[in-house]
Amino acid sequence: MAEAHPVGFQWVMEAKRRGAKVFHVDPRFTRTSALADSYLPIRAGTDIALLGGVIRYILDNELDFREYVVAYTNAATIVTEEYADTEDMHGLFSGFNDDNATYDQASWRYEGHSQTQTTRDSETQRETAAGLENESHGAPVGGQTERDETLQHPRCVYQILKRHFARYTPEMVERVCGIPQDKFFELARAWTENSGRDRTGMLVYSVGWTQHSVGVQYIRTGAIIQLLLGNVGRPGGGVMALRGHASIQGSTDIPTLFNLLPGYLPMPHHANHPTLDKWVDSIAHPGQKGFWGNARTYGVNLLKAYWGDAATADNDYCYGYMPRMTGDHGTYQQVLDMIDGKIKGYFLLGQNPAVGSAHGRAQRLGMANLDWLVVRDLFEIESATFWKNAPEIETGEIAPEECRTEVFFLPAASHVEKEGTFTQTQRLLQWREKAVEPPGDARSELWFFYHLGRIIRERLATSTKPRDRALLDLAWDYPTHGPTVEPSAEAVLREINGYDVATGRPLASFTEMKDDGSTVGGCWIYTGVYADGVNQAARRKPGSEQSLVAPEWGWAWPANRRILYNRASADPDGNPWSERKRYVWWDADKSEWTGYDVPDFEKTKPPSYRPERDASGVAGIAGDDPFILQGDGKGWLYAPTGVLDGPMPTHYEPVESPVRNPLYEQQANPTRKVYTHPINTLNPSPPEPYSQVFPYVFTVSRLTEHHTAGGMSRTVSPLAELQPEMFVEVSPELAVERGLTHLGWAHLITARAAIEAKVLVTDRLTPLRVDDRIIHQVWLPYHFGFEGLVTGDSANDLFGISLDPNVLIQESKVGTCDVRSGRRPRGAELLALVVDYRRRSGDLSPHYPPQVTTDSADSGPDQEV
Amino acid sequence: MGVRSWIEGWPVYRQLTGTDPLGRGAAAKSDGSRALTARTDTADSVARSVCPYCAVGCGQRVFVKDGQVSQIEGDPDSPISRGRLCPKGAASKSLVTSPLRQTTVRYRRPYGTEWEDLDLDTAMNMIADRVLAARDETWEDVDAEGRPLNRTLGISSLGGATLDNEENYLIKKLFTAMGALQIENQARI
Repeated sequence: MAEAHPVGFQWVMEAKRRGAKVFHVDPRFTRTSALADSYLPIRAGTDIALLGGVIRYILDNELDFREYVVAYTNAATIVTEEYADTEDMHGLFSGFNDDNATYDQASWRYEGHSQTQTTRDSETQRETAAGLENESHGAPVGGQTERDETLQHPRCVYQILKRHFARYTPEMVERVCGIPQDKFFELARAWTENSGRDRTGMLVYSVGWTQHSVGVQYIRTGAIIQLLLGNVGRPGGGVMALRGHASIQGSTDIPTLFNLLPGYLPMPHHANHPTLDKWVDSIAHPGQKGFWGNARTYGVNLLKAYWGDAATADNDYCYGYMPRMTGDHGTYQQVLDMIDGKIKGYFLLGQNPAVGSAHGRAQRLGMANLDWLVVRDLFEIESATFWKNAPEIETGEIAPEECRTEVFFLPAASHVEKEGTFTQTQRLLQWREKAVEPPGDARSELWFFYHLGRIIRERLATSTKPRDRALLDLAWDYPTHGPTVEPSAEAVLREINGYDVATGRPLASFTEMKDDGSTVGGCWIYTGVYADGVNQAARRKPGSEQSLVAPEWGWAWPANRRILYNRASADPDGNPWSERKRYVWWDADKSEWTGYDVPDFEKTKPPSYRPERDASGVAGIAGDDPFILQGDGKGWLYAPTGVLDGPMPTHYEPVESPVRNPLYEQQANPTRKVYTHPINTLNPSPPEPYSQVFPYVFTVSRLTEHHTAGGMSRTVSPLAELQPEMFVEVSPELAVERGLTHLGWAHLITARAAIEAKVLVTDRLTPLRVDDRIIHQVWLPYHFGFEGLVTGDSANDLFGISLDPNVLIQESKVGTCDVRSGRRPRGAELLALVVDYRRRSGDLSPHYPPQVTTDSADSGPDQEV
Repeated sequence: MGVRSWIEGWPVYRQLTGTDPLGRGAAAKSDGSRALTARTDTADSVARSVCPYCAVGCGQRVFVKDGQVSQIEGDPDSPISRGRLCPKGAASKSLVTSPLRQTTVRYRRPYGTEWEDLDLDTAMNMIADRVLAARDETWEDVDAEGRPLNRTLGISSLGGATLDNEENYLIKKLFTAMGALQIENQARI
């Protein structure tokens, strides 16, 4: 965090000054480790084993915050007897289907619930990354559950959790992660001692957790600990995702993602969402509790925002215009389709996949096989010049005079040359004022897309084709200004916020939205950002003149709420858990929720409110159900549906690992997304032979001085000077083993590529004792490429493509490789080196490790651990 | 110059007798440095902005002189950053004023070996032509069972995490109306 989010880290230091104990877990000792109270080196890809050990420690010693756990989580909820755990299935859960390597989630359901009512099977959910829809709410589940609040029922979630994590002992943590037991106990003690009415602990992660084939489950494991310790919805608690781009949260909320529409509404699927009714019912899931019961309203408001007057009740608000998904249309599938010649045109908007995405060679070969490519950026990044400067030129795989891709480079406006909002990592929108005009031909994305749409609509003005109606009926009348005819960002923000059609009055809250076409709103969770006709994101009341919550600086979704689910900061009766942790509470005199933040609860629903037995939607949420966007109102220790690789996290080895999974016969995530494309060959891992050809673990991350693929930092002289060269960090022990010299050269080889880097011999990397072997890890920055002021080989070239099944994010924080002294070979010899490694590690045909590594997937207890 | 002013002109004297015993402020000033003015003082205007790098969202003040960015500093009012910027944020002025920035349209024709110049309007029209052609060539009305698809899989887009919400909104809206599904950004990566 000190390294990649330095200014955010000041608050960790502030907390430390006030007595907080800071732990840092990382494969490599960093600037964060240097300032932490305790540093735990870990084998990359084993965090679930470590966190699972903490869960076991909590449960075995009954250190959970029991009042919170019983009232606010699903610990007491009883699960159907059809459920079978990894304990009894060699590392698989019940319901595994060998044919398509997915789970039938029916046996994971709550007791008394019918077979899962979800309209989509697990394979469709994986293909469409349906887990992403849950960024603002849990998966659909019926609201009424059977509970045992003594937590003694053998099939209540608490007991299931206890059995599931029974084998995550301190000895096992040491064996899997390489973390000594005294270090583990130090962490577990500090975390649990800092829990209860008076104390909270916070968990902070970044893409070191998400970029794994089991990344969603990493975060689930963290969330389980935080729920058990009562650290969710309370000040000083939470699971904080530190995201890495200025508005990556905004581009998830208002998604430029294939499977989502604004506000986490799913992009329609051809089979499951043929009509508006089917679409909204699949979201609202009739019978479940909470605010998603109003999904029809959110959907209709979006359709009205898109198609304006043309969208009416008679035509289902133009729902029929929506394109439909049939499967995986994600960025990695697209790249493979480009290589196969299926995609004609590609827009790159401030993104540099030639360096920043996994398997750089696949990225570049894909771009070299398009009809046309539009690159919009500040600089001539690698993705704009691959046709003349890529490493594949030297190997002969790309020749400019044979590369057909037509390339348009359009210069972009910088952040000071346009106005608009970024949403930062805690859901806070901040408006930026425009400082200067963009230079030359540089334009904002707002300008580019507004005018591209205008030109296309003019071209089609006389078209009678049905397919063109969606473009011609589009509400695309934005006011423009200035010499470049720039569209008004504020007008777009107003549409995102929503307004009353008849009066034009901006909506103050999504609760004002109607499902009859009388209101418009482009992103329901952002409603309120333009309340009272005021750009709330532009508010700049100095922090020094406000409370710690600083509610008048910018605007946070939803409803300017700074801590989500903050009803949990009060006890079931509505009183603060303690004076020290007072945040939001029930004011009995005024009969309303109040506090330092906007209460995340219906303002006048008393703690004593109990719904009728069959109540659903918002009315189904009891006065002591803080998790108002969950189908049962509870925080989920156990996910009865929606998490495709299991209702609870399980340690699986990374897809490429030098180690046999010490916990289960099942080696890696059995449900991971696999691409069997010839370019995507993977290194073998146990139990397969030849894994020793790639004996070392490599991981990548950021340097303070660079930003992602380097397009905004290797082009900037002060930053380029501070970190001028690609390098690899190796331990002194590995340097001896491989004959590497400090400041000399090394090259790293995988089944995809060989790259070179300067050697930095440092004890920041520690050889780890794992399962009675020494495992060496090396670390690389992933910022370098072949353009800019400073250049170097790209670390992402080393990775293959294996994805998490829930969100289709790639495993690019861990892989296996070989490390050799000296520079890599050039040209044809470089290709020959990689081919030689592939030959030595099996055969030359593309290699994909088996999904399932247990013979007896559906019966019998484990014989070996 | 009198003896008195000669002595007072000696920084050590001022450091020992004045209000700046550490010699880091007034005592260390020369006539030259006394006459200096901060760029932030002479700016024509200041824009309230936000750092473009990571997602912490540090406040920035962008100082403008004669239509050019003259300085970018941390915004002390921000409750998030309290005026601080990291090495990247502090280099923002170098980013936006970098001589490496490309400010004209560049065009590489198929099988070309060099960039060529292209007028922005021409480029926009050429791109619109290609979008419509790719869409027509790859359009899918219905699936094998006659259910609507309304889409093209011939067009892809990647990017958005560095852009504004308003921009992402228009990108998604236009591509969706166009039937282009394959829209992605860094949040997938």
